[in-house]
Amino acid sequence: MGDPALERVADLLEAVLVSAGGPVPESRLLDALGPEGVDAKVLQAALDRLDARYADRMIELARTAGGWQVRTRPAAAAVLARLEPTRPQKYSRAVLETLALIAWRQPVTRGDIEAVRGVSVNPAIVRTLVERGWVEVVGRRERPGRPELLGTTRQFLDDFGLRSLSDLPDFETFSGQGDALDV
Amino acid sequence: MTQLPLDLYIPPDALSIFLETFEGPLDLLLYLIRRQNLDILDIPVAEVTRQYMEYLALMREMKLELAAEYLLMAAWLAEIKSRMLLPRPPASEEEDEAADPRAELVARLLEYERLGGAARALDERPRQGRDHWPGRVAVSGDLSAWRQPDPPQVALADLVAAMQAVMRRHSLVAHHHVRREPLSVRERMSTILRRLHSAGHLFLETLFLPAEGRAGMVVTFLAILELGKEGAIRLAQDGPFAAIELTAPESGDG
Repeated sequence: MGDPALERVADLLEAVLVSAGGPVPESRLLDALGPEGVDAKVLQAALDRLDARYADRMIELARTAGGWQVRTRPAAAAVLARLEPTRPQKYSRAVLETLALIAWRQPVTRGDIEAVRGVSVNPAIVRTLVERGWVEVVGRRERPGRPELLGTTRQFLDDFGLRSLSDLPDFETFSGQGDALDV
Repeated sequence: MTQLPLDLYIPPDALSIFLETFEGPLDLLLYLIRRQNLDILDIPVAEVTRQYMEYLALMREMKLELAAEYLLMAAWLAEIKSRMLLPRPPASEEEDEAADPRAELVARLLEYERLGGAARALDERPRQGRDHWPGRVAVSGDLSAWRQPDPPQVALADLVAAMQAVMRRHSLVAHHHVRREPLSVRERMSTILRRLHSAGHLFLETLFLPAEGRAGMVVTFLAILELGKEGAIRLAQDGPFAAIELTAPESGDG
């Protein structure tokens, strides 16, 4: 595809991504741009164009499990946060540890979580994570009591900038050493 | 001899807050061990147990609720301590060294510590809604001229007919594994939604599992009706007796 044509595709792609409000899977991008003569190769070229356009800007092209999105850069966070109606949620250590355990060890039961954290699972914590859209029930363990199995969602991957769970660093690499009271 | 915070004067409010920040017995033990730079692979059990019990006493004095797990850990520490005092049995032929009574505790402490690291790592990742936000540019112009015409809505009769066809087809293929577990409509609704969101669209046929028998098909059917009623899915059918397709509803106009 000639350069001016590719530029136009990049422009259209940009229009799609900046108005989407969240990640868009490649298949949908092809649905939208296919009739403009865009196949997977052209799409990739257009994505690369966009990426280059934003190199020095406060927006960036990002890819997560849910697909492609144009989003603001973390460097702009302080400025943007002033316009957000609510303060971003700060999560307690208990919530983050629970989320981390589910993310790395899924699927896990509440019992599994208790065994590692050494304290019983506060139902409010799981509720918070489910309401936030990061955790869901993915099944049941075939054991007496048939406890629920918890796992992370696609939204979890998107919100934490992951393309898949394998993007998470190996659990064994965490020495965790440091002040145990880091809150 | 390392100084313990207990030797310092800490105002009761601050002390109370300090004690409350412990997530549980593992957290407290880890704090005691790391703060004093004790070798976690060679924990001085008697001393750590003594300090641990002091903290429990302090927490009780501050009228803090002591979760049962703290007391369980106290009992475990006492047990380890007494096993350490007994002469170790000589290593058997199978093992290189006799089992260390502390081994399991150490393993759990290290794993909990790693979990803390993992949790911090997650929290530090740039997060959507806190560090970055997606583009929310408004779409201007009238898109209705380009919209595909809405496919004819599926009538209940069509849905029933499709279901009957599926059931007939599957009765011809006898299946001997009929799952006996109770099937929940709510769970089926969640499963359908999950599959729908990951695939974008689903054909009705693919939702029926012969192994679940008629009961499974009824539950699936009810789940689809409920989801349709809630507006969580849309059903479309190209023509009479064509495959029925489930899609997620369009998110907003414009």
